[in-house]
Amino acid sequence: MIKLQHIERVFLVGEEEVHALRDVDFSASGGEYIAIMGPSGSGKSTLLNILGLLDRPDGGTYELDNIMTTSLDDKKQANVRRHKIGFVFQFFHLVPRLTAEQNVELPLVLAGVDKTERKKRVLETLESFGIGDRVHHRPDQLSGGQRQRVAIARATIMKPTVILADEPTGNLDRASGNDVVDILEELNSQGITLIMVTHDPELGERAKRRIKMVDGRIEGDTATQS
Amino acid sequence: MQARDIVFFSMQATTASRGRTILTLLAMAIGVSSVILLISLGDSGRRYVIDQFASLGTNLLIVIPGRSETIGGPPPLLGETPRDLTLDDAIALTQSTAIRRVAPIIAGSAPVSVKQLEREMVVLGSSSDLLEIRHLEMNQGRFLPPGDLDRGGNVCVIGSKGRKELFGNQQALGKWLRIGDRRFRVIGVLADTGVSLGEDMGEVVIIPVATAQSLFNKVSLFRIVVEASNEDAIGRAKKAILSIIRARHEGEDDITVITQDAILATFDKIFRALTLTVGGIAAISLVVAGIMIMNIMLVAVSNRHSEIGLLKALGAPRTQIMGLFLTESALLSITGAFLGFLLAYSAMKLLAGFLPEYNLALAPWSPVMASGLALGTGIIFGVLPARRASLLEPALALSRR
Ligand SMILES: Nc1ncnc2c1ncn2[C@@H]1O[C@H](COP(=O)(O)OP(=O)(O)O)[C@@H](O)[C@H]1O
Ligand SMILES: [Mg+2]
Repeated sequence: MIKLQHIERVFLVGEEEVHALRDVDFSASGGEYIAIMGPSGSGKSTLLNILGLLDRPDGGTYELDNIMTTSLDDKKQANVRRHKIGFVFQFFHLVPRLTAEQNVELPLVLAGVDKTERKKRVLETLESFGIGDRVHHRPDQLSGGQRQRVAIARATIMKPTVILADEPTGNLDRASGNDVVDILEELNSQGITLIMVTHDPELGERAKRRIKMVDGRIEGDTATQS
Repeated sequence: MQARDIVFFSMQATTASRGRTILTLLAMAIGVSSVILLISLGDSGRRYVIDQFASLGTNLLIVIPGRSETIGGPPPLLGETPRDLTLDDAIALTQSTAIRRVAPIIAGSAPVSVKQLEREMVVLGSSSDLLEIRHLEMNQGRFLPPGDLDRGGNVCVIGSKGRKELFGNQQALGKWLRIGDRRFRVIGVLADTGVSLGEDMGEVVIIPVATAQSLFNKVSLFRIVVEASNEDAIGRAKKAILSIIRARHEGEDDITVITQDAILATFDKIFRALTLTVGGIAAISLVVAGIMIMNIMLVAVSNRHSEIGLLKALGAPRTQIMGLFLTESALLSITGAFLGFLLAYSAMKLLAGFLPEYNLALAPWSPVMASGLALGTGIIFGVLPARRASLLEPALALSRR
């Protein structure tokens, strides 16, 4: 359950204030599949970062699964990120010196999970994402599609309630992009909330609910319009 | 995060940027090894000098004629010359219960000859107690016989080197030699105890003090060497010497008493200060190494912005990021220190091979010091980069590519 109220985010660029988000109200219930669309610079990434607790709003409140996240300290926020949120990025953000297996293992390592338990879960997950034969490859030895699958495996290994994907297909060709979205939709069908930023109208159409952002505001939401 | 995983993660990170890591390790190794090496050299020097002094005897006091300026008190009127120390002064000292042994000493140099062979040698006039007081050992024969100090005798004890020079491979014991125009029978040869503080007992000839008085035609003693009855009696012995001599010298304090432990303490202090100074100078190279570590870590932080952002996105709080980066700099410095310790160890081994007589060795606490220095350097210079990493805003860190 997600509930944003009156979210403001202002960046200072030199002397100038840039309003990335203006009075954004938004809520989503568990298991939803939402596409966020809109022109470049309209605040989509900023919204996603705030949903993922990677950024703090300058005003407003954010409630996630009945936790008022905007009043949590660093440690507690980190804990919410660890257990409830999985992030998928346009540029994958795999650690280049680590193998696929080690990249996926990272959230478990940070959480202090035992080695044997980690190994089991990582291998299972990589298997189920169809990259069980790429376990010991480094990111530079993987194709774009494979990299994004490793990244999604990493985002889901902690069994989050929400997956936030910021243009996950932006760096992929259409075929591997479709594969990646298939995987994300499969995760959504298992009950994970999926919120995906995309430029691609075709991909946007696949979502059950679409939000259109313009200039830091939510201008359209299929859930409220119809 | 489990400790093993922290170390593993940090190790992987440092080995990923090999060139810089190696350079930093080198700097750290040089810094730590120079600190350890210089401090250990200073310490070895200190031990050498102390051992040398200690080997002169135990609980020694040395009585020298004339008042040293440092003793204080009003200066003597009319610049009177100090009274001589006499044999009777030495004999009088034996009355004190704080004093175990007394050996008067007259020293001079004289031509010593056996047949045609002649050598200029140091001739010491002393008594039988000198053997015990100075921890001398006999190789052959006996030392000077005990008995009345003012009864001389035409006997002598020679050092091992002198024996070789004067008698070659021949038996010296029982033979006669000539000092000046007098003849002496060799009754003993000293064992070779090496040089102690430049006083080479191998090249002396020791004769009874009364004989030396007439040989050099003077009654005044060069000094009196006294052994206190035990360590606690040194202070009492000193007081006793001063008061006995004062009584015999018409109330004048015209001697100086030097105690062995005072000299030892002074040398100990000087060497410790010297060692610390030298070590402090060497520590500057550690600071250089520390700054290199700080630099490499700052570069790592700015190169790994997106990795740090990612770790935060995956649920790492600030403290964890801080811990990871501190571990990295600590690993660098500890590894460097370990290498530095090995370096110092081998350098010391090498030096000790060239200078065996000095007993060179790394100070026993140097491994502890090396690891302490390393951890200190790593953590002090690691804090700034680690803090910088931990304070990065995740959204910002991830948006830069
Ligand atoms: N860290 C930042 N500093 C300054 N301005 C920023 C920052 N992040 C985003 N912005 C600005 O906020 C606005 C929204 O950005 P963003 O959310 O990235 O848009 P989108 O993802 O929809 O393209 C843009 O005008 C962008 O320039
Ligand atoms: Mg964006």
